[in-house]
Amino acid sequence: MANIKVNGVEYQLDVEPDMPLLWVLRDELGLTGTKFGCGIAACGACTVHVNGNARRSCVTPISSVESADITTIEGLAEAVNGNAPNAPTLSRVQQAWIDHQVPQCGYCQSGMIMAVTDLLNNNPSPSDSDIDSSLSNICRCGSTPRVRKAIRALATA
Amino acid sequence: MKLSRRRFLLSAAIVGGGVLIGYAATRPSRHRLANETVAENGQRFVSSWIRIDTDNRVTVYVPHSEMGQGVHTSLAMMAADEMDADWELINAEQAPATDLFANGDLITGFAAEFGVPAFLDSILAASSVKVAQLVNLQTTGGSSSVRFTGEHAMRNAGAAAREMLIACAAERWGVPAEQCYTQLSHVHHNASGRSLSFGELATAAAELEPPENPRLKQPSEFNIMGKALSRRDIPAKVVGSAKFGIDAYSNDMLFAAIRISPVFGARLVSVDPGEALSRRGVKRIIELEDSVAVVADNYWRAKEALKLVKTEFEQTENDRVSSADIYSQFERDLAASSGKEDREVGDAETAMAEARDIIEGNYRVPYLAHAPMEPMNCTVHFHDGKADVWTSTQDNLGIRGRVASIGGLGENDVTLHPVYLGGGFGRRLPFNWNMIDHATLIAKEFSVPVKTVFSREDDMQQDYYRPAVASNFRAAFDAQGNVTAWENRYTGPIQTPGAAHIPYAINNQSIRVVDSDTHVPIAAWRSVDHSQQTFFTESFVDEIAHRSGKNPFQFRLELLANHPRHRRVLEVAAEGAGYGQNLPDGHAMGIAVQESFGSVVAEIAEVSVLPDGQLQVHKVTCAIDCGRVINPDTAEQQVESGIIYGLSAALYGEITIQNGAVANQNFPDYDSVRLAQTPEIQVHLVESGEAIGGLGEPSTPPIAAAVANAAYILTGQRVRELPFKNHDLSRTIPIAQR
Repeated sequence: MANIKVNGVEYQLDVEPDMPLLWVLRDELGLTGTKFGCGIAACGACTVHVNGNARRSCVTPISSVESADITTIEGLAEAVNGNAPNAPTLSRVQQAWIDHQVPQCGYCQSGMIMAVTDLLNNNPSPSDSDIDSSLSNICRCGSTPRVRKAIRALATA
Repeated sequence: MKLSRRRFLLSAAIVGGGVLIGYAATRPSRHRLANETVAENGQRFVSSWIRIDTDNRVTVYVPHSEMGQGVHTSLAMMAADEMDADWELINAEQAPATDLFANGDLITGFAAEFGVPAFLDSILAASSVKVAQLVNLQTTGGSSSVRFTGEHAMRNAGAAAREMLIACAAERWGVPAEQCYTQLSHVHHNASGRSLSFGELATAAAELEPPENPRLKQPSEFNIMGKALSRRDIPAKVVGSAKFGIDAYSNDMLFAAIRISPVFGARLVSVDPGEALSRRGVKRIIELEDSVAVVADNYWRAKEALKLVKTEFEQTENDRVSSADIYSQFERDLAASSGKEDREVGDAETAMAEARDIIEGNYRVPYLAHAPMEPMNCTVHFHDGKADVWTSTQDNLGIRGRVASIGGLGENDVTLHPVYLGGGFGRRLPFNWNMIDHATLIAKEFSVPVKTVFSREDDMQQDYYRPAVASNFRAAFDAQGNVTAWENRYTGPIQTPGAAHIPYAINNQSIRVVDSDTHVPIAAWRSVDHSQQTFFTESFVDEIAHRSGKNPFQFRLELLANHPRHRRVLEVAAEGAGYGQNLPDGHAMGIAVQESFGSVVAEIAEVSVLPDGQLQVHKVTCAIDCGRVINPDTAEQQVESGIIYGLSAALYGEITIQNGAVANQNFPDYDSVRLAQTPEIQVHLVESGEAIGGLGEPSTPPIAAAVANAAYILTGQRVRELPFKNHDLSRTIPIAQR
């Protein structure tokens, strides 16, 4: 049995301890916002937050995150804004992604948004070289110029 | 471009009120058939692109896949503008995968431009598929959605709707139609101050025959086209709710992991399941002709169990083939044959014989994988003699037919559920069907939905690749140093006719293609043959410019006197880039220009060499003449996208064949431009008033040559073989210091 807490909801799951968090989220919990891209932590499409820190869920055994607070893209806005009735339904990073029309196919963007949120939590005003060194997510559509533009806008906001 | 004027505008009432207006690209008999076999409860199906409901909401059905290019927004904009609809009341939906929504305009457009859709050439050559049957496809490719479906179907349907709504209002008010006008989803009559919403008129409009040739707006009348409107698909993509093919789930779903013969075409000989069947959640092991699959109740369990399965595949004559062997074969074949004519102008042979000087350049590029972020996957559910399918595809109708034929069902027994695509780039075009075939055969063994998923490694190793190509050039110069002949011998096949042609005024040209087939499956890859041919031709033109002692920018302009669109984008890009002005130490600019898919693109790359001999691309300035722009923001986005896709391939892209199979495993050995390598990109959209050109592909071809041409200025080293990662450019001397 694995006890995990995802987006504030506690689950007791009968899964193998070495099953990666990615496949628990997708195939066991039906939380499909977190994407499978490479399976070896090379692309970042599966990025979630574990206790507020970005983690690539495709190589994270479920046993390593028991009792942790896990946040996925579906729970990001509430994790950031709280759940009061008038709380915004988008985090500021998600809103910036709309304002700057960042996504193309959008498949990598859940992971990209989770990674950028983590970057801005740790470094609210990242320089270009901070952005370069901390974001290694792959986007095959080439949204990266707009990712940078949106981060710059958030950094000065 | 001339398109047939033969078309069928149709309309029908919606049950419960409202009207559907459509532009039929297929024969009326097909609609009759569909109405007889598909329609129910008194409904009437037509080739319906636009639906107006009584609450004044409008739905535009887009018969193209949304894979990040913004097509659901841009095509809806075209219909909405011609209707004079209120954009806030417009919904865009992907059209159902039925032949009523076949995007035959795309096919007609292709047929007019190229003869036959480029990406269909291979299958046409190899099968009995007739062009007439191709209207059954519902393809998204060839940078074609806006310029064919949009310009012809969407705008006509929108304009017809507008005229019908005006006619209804005029009749109801008893006034001449000429006194009525439309604005923001209403028809108005100024003299009486009356107005009615489209929704209030829709049911009556359904009684009218659509006009055969509705008047289209002049560009000066556009209210929606030409505006940078937000994409309708983006909100769902920032909260994780957008559903891609891989996101199809049901409670009883099973998951398949597959191992296909590593050497293309080899058959499965034997399987030893080992302990796989005793692993938790594993249901079956399924043997197919060229592969084995493990089906389990969770994808990870299936994948882990597959590791325990031992397989033997048959030996083939290709088991020892390597990339080096393939390149050697190309050189042998190029040396042995002068091939087939691609283009002959003047007398290149005589010009070569009389030349004062000749330069040569032998170029080559490797196979490339598409590597869309969403790995290939397909869910099929066989039940009750029917099948439901969820898969990210650039061709919903083609997939419906494919699943039907593989699964032994009639086409109308297969329902294809449209989903978003996690990237396409050509991987998900018709005929690249290995995943679909495997998923169908596996799911056929079950009565519950089965989702077959390629791992990233499967995706890398079981693609249909951008071909590896060799291209050997010679150029002749006269005593005054003028270029007099251009000779090019390259390996085929030709997937995009004309891609190897040059716009430059060189009097004698001999461009010939030599077939040199390999066992590696190939297909269209973003921009198809333009991706490699532009690297070849725009690099070699640069060699000729330098040999002539001329500035590469001026040299191009001089030889493009008859190509004003090329000259204009070169000039706009040069001005935007500050070409010819002082650059930081160690930086240089390279230039390239190419016409593809109806658009003309110039790119200028500003590049430096890093201490490790790799290149850093600092800035790309791009000027693109695509005739007219529908949505400037999505247009810029597509240009940025194409440049980065092409730059990833130029810097890192190399599929390596070893022992007959693809040696690459995953992203670490098939890398992409990430934030740190992303250049600043400046896009200039140049409107020329020419026919609308494509945007999804044309910015990809020039980038590799632009970077190579900059690298030459910096290092004196001419990179004739991609990718750049294989070249150490650190210990070289700038040409200015030679």
